[in-house]
Amino acid sequence: MAVTTPRWVVTVKVAVWGACLAPFALLVLRALEFHGLSLGADPVQELLNVCGKTGLNLLLLTLCITPIRRSTGINRLISFRRLLGLFGFFYVVLHFTTYVWLDLGFAWDHVFEDIAKRPYITVGFTALLLLIPLAATSTNRMQRQLGRNWVRVHRLVYVIAVLGVVHFWWQVKRDISEPLLYAFLLTVLLGVRLHHAWKLRRKAASQ
Amino acid sequence: MRKKPDTRIKPSEITPEGAFLNRRALLKAAVAAGLVPGIMSASEAATIPAGGEFDPKPTKWPGSVTDKPNSLEDISTYNNYYEFGAAKGDPAANAHTLKTKPWSIQVSGEAAKTGTFTLEDILAPHALEERVYRLRCVEAWSMVIPWVGFPLADLLKRFEPTSQAKFVQFLTLADRNQMPGIRYPILEWPYREGLTIEEATHPLTLVVVGVYGKVLPNQNGAPIRIVVPWKYGFKSAKSIVRIHFTDKRPLTSWNMSAPQEYGFYSNVNPKVDHPRWSQASERKLGGGLLAGRAPTLMFNGYADQVASLYTGLDLAKNF
Repeated sequence: MAVTTPRWVVTVKVAVWGACLAPFALLVLRALEFHGLSLGADPVQELLNVCGKTGLNLLLLTLCITPIRRSTGINRLISFRRLLGLFGFFYVVLHFTTYVWLDLGFAWDHVFEDIAKRPYITVGFTALLLLIPLAATSTNRMQRQLGRNWVRVHRLVYVIAVLGVVHFWWQVKRDISEPLLYAFLLTVLLGVRLHHAWKLRRKAASQ
Repeated sequence: MRKKPDTRIKPSEITPEGAFLNRRALLKAAVAAGLVPGIMSASEAATIPAGGEFDPKPTKWPGSVTDKPNSLEDISTYNNYYEFGAAKGDPAANAHTLKTKPWSIQVSGEAAKTGTFTLEDILAPHALEERVYRLRCVEAWSMVIPWVGFPLADLLKRFEPTSQAKFVQFLTLADRNQMPGIRYPILEWPYREGLTIEEATHPLTLVVVGVYGKVLPNQNGAPIRIVVPWKYGFKSAKSIVRIHFTDKRPLTSWNMSAPQEYGFYSNVNPKVDHPRWSQASERKLGGGLLAGRAPTLMFNGYADQVASLYTGLDLAKNF
């Protein structure tokens, strides 16, 4: 690329890297019981919770980029979307690895039984599978190669986000206040897009 | 309990052999039986000690499991006690507002001796013992806990339940001034649990007032709770303010909120899954990140003692 990146973009990128790695760094420190930190009485559950929620947070953040870009006109924001998305994928993979390794000890029969029999795990696993093509096609080269289809493939993120919130909701025992909040935010983020599409369609019809 | 003295010795009041050598316990039993009225001051009876440690020291119950108990830190910071918040750390953070003194329990229903009894009256005649039990949560994790208490059967007998007392219901305090979680309608408040009279009077079912030789932390259900070690943890009601004897199966909070997921019995059973997750194995807490899972045992490992309570009962249907 011939165009040089503005300085503020570099600064913000470094900050985003730091913010995205911070939860992971904190987990490592807690796991090592550094300076009296700890993962608590049920460390595996804590890892599952933190990784799962951080993954979901980052996916929802990627969905914030476009509405903010449209309303503020700061088009550069788009260059943070991939970073947030890939970090989201990283935490989702950590979440799944914790489940398969630390929780189930690679008992694959148990894993497959869970995926087949437990709807919340079926949904979560589907979301993970759908994230793989998105991560794999996230490079500039793939973006160029796929052209229009790249946008189509990456619309899967809407499905993934819905599956992620459902996965969260279905595993909660009783207190649904947190998944409810996620569902609300996701509804707003998807609603903004529907509203935008509807506006474009009306504009096209009136011309 | 201080009703008219009854000089007959009921089976429940016969001092167990282990406590026989303990003069104080013997005296307490004698007071309870009305044999030695008024010679002991309240401070000498089994009470909740102000200093935290029980005196005399609880005797060690020979039936304890030999697994290494979890740390008091784990036991008192990882709790499900929704009256103080739904997150595991909420009870430890919020339960300091619970006022455990004065405390009384209302006894009602199918029993000869009903009414309101102070905690001191409830505890006075009983000798405390330390019992190390496994605790299996319905969420598929487990701990090993050295409880301090005495058999619930010994307490219930004192109320002389009638032949109509087929079930016992336990109600937890529900005071929104002391319990911030009561504001949220997550469960039916007050929290209620229930057992069949056979389960309630089973020798394993424990009235608990302490853990690790000390007074129960508020977040663990102070000042008085029960522990039913072969059932999922939520069956063991905390901070009990009412005991109700009834001929009908009592309503229970978790069953009311999700009947397809939480049955009345809720016995630990590796063969009957929770509709959303497997109950075949559990995370034994305290072993660190790499401890892995262990198979869950039928009736949480207490099958020899309790399986006979359920002969002929389809445990998949009566989960």
